[in-house]
Amino acid sequence: MPVTNVISEIKKDFIYNLLLKGERIDGRSFHQYREISIERDVIRKAEGSALVKLGSSQVLVGVKMQPGEPFQDTPNRGVIITNAELVPLASPSFEPGPPSEVGIELARLVDRGVRESKAIDLEALCIEPGKKVWIVFIDVHILDDCGNILDAASLGAIAALLSTKVPASRFGLGEDYILPVRDIPIATTAIEFNDVLMFDPGVDEEAIANTRLTIITTAEGNICGTQKSGTGMLRPEQVYRIIDIACENAREIREKFLEA
Amino acid sequence: MIAMDETDISFFKDGLRLDGRKADELRPVKIEVGVLARADGSCYIEMGGNKVIAAVYGPREVHPRHLQEVTRAIVRYRYNMASFSVEERKRPGPDRRSYELSKVSREALEPVIITSFFPRSVIDVFVEVLQADAGTRTAGINAAAVALADAGIPMKSMISSCAAGKVADTIVLDPMKEEDNFGQADLPIAMTPSGEITLMQMDGGLTPEEFHQAVELAMKGARDIYELQRAALVKKYNQMTEPGQAEVHACD
Repeated sequence: MPVTNVISEIKKDFIYNLLLKGERIDGRSFHQYREISIERDVIRKAEGSALVKLGSSQVLVGVKMQPGEPFQDTPNRGVIITNAELVPLASPSFEPGPPSEVGIELARLVDRGVRESKAIDLEALCIEPGKKVWIVFIDVHILDDCGNILDAASLGAIAALLSTKVPASRFGLGEDYILPVRDIPIATTAIEFNDVLMFDPGVDEEAIANTRLTIITTAEGNICGTQKSGTGMLRPEQVYRIIDIACENAREIREKFLEA
Repeated sequence: MIAMDETDISFFKDGLRLDGRKADELRPVKIEVGVLARADGSCYIEMGGNKVIAAVYGPREVHPRHLQEVTRAIVRYRYNMASFSVEERKRPGPDRRSYELSKVSREALEPVIITSFFPRSVIDVFVEVLQADAGTRTAGINAAAVALADAGIPMKSMISSCAAGKVADTIVLDPMKEEDNFGQADLPIAMTPSGEITLMQMDGGLTPEEFHQAVELAMKGARDIYELQRAALVKKYNQMTEPGQAEVHACD
């Protein structure tokens, strides 16, 4: 039931002592991300897909689209539905069954990035006002949890959307076309431990810290979502420091992997 | 309901908000402590149009057993909306939103609860939203923190929660329904009286400078709410210490 990683005391001490010397277990600097690779269109049956590797963490995101009914209060807007599966093959601490709290939070944060950045023009997804709109299903499949699956999942979602083709012909709605994407939201996560802020935490680093802050930024450098998680506290200065570095990191990731 | 857009609503009239508030003003707050007889601690709060009640049970035995922790108490938090609390009837029971809110609200309170005093037990916090008007999670956390104190749970400090938002390019304190629905951003926080942040969420769009401003404003709101929480607790426990009749013990 509880999705937490157990870590031995000796390893905890090791990480902690390194940290006091200003080092991390894999030799990265505190602000540095692990190596990122994004492979798009990996699933032929999906309208869009992306396999993201963030260090050894692996996340597969698939996008499926189909016409359906709009919500009553937004009759001329398409619908985004984001779901995440923390399948048991990805970690000894994941278990089969209904989505855990952690899985729900992850899905809702991925959704928040796509929605609040207005990356998808929902009005353009209206087929017949009040009756028929496109429904975009973003399904996140965690394959290997080696830490920071949230940033990997968000990256996967936007990468998959960037490669999504609207399957209009399959539903007799004209020719297929590329889904217009207007923004590239990037989620950047840091953990706080002993006043040290570590970005893109690995799975063992996640286990020693109990405070996490995720900042989602848009291409313009604005903030479209944040979430503090975990049972610790953050001082306002720490929040502002995380935001500064997050904006920097996000810009780099966006330029390097997703633009053009 | 008429479909509204961000564009067909004006949020300010003569420099004041739709309900006559200034940009940095809270809605009226009413806090009552100890409103439920069966609970170990309880609190009823009204923040603007929000009516929320919180109850605390425990520390008590953990069921199911496998959830218990050997070194500390676990904390559970259940945020639940009454089906009649919103315009359009909400389907009863938990949904994904309430799972997320329960998680972050629990994590907002846990940093100040001294759980190590009660190994193998649970502290249950139940929050029922009876009437919703934007800001139910912050109202719930405020009520829950007072209910925890009322239950006599050892805490390092109080927790107070408030949101800031952005409407018509202005940062406002404690957004109400219209401002939340059609505004540009919402940033709820919770913190200790000394300003350590235990909850921070945000959606919408803010520049880093606006984010800074919104955090400062929300913190100001939380500080004001802290004074009201404190006053409500002092009021209840002052009454109790006033000289009354001598107690009669059944076993004497």
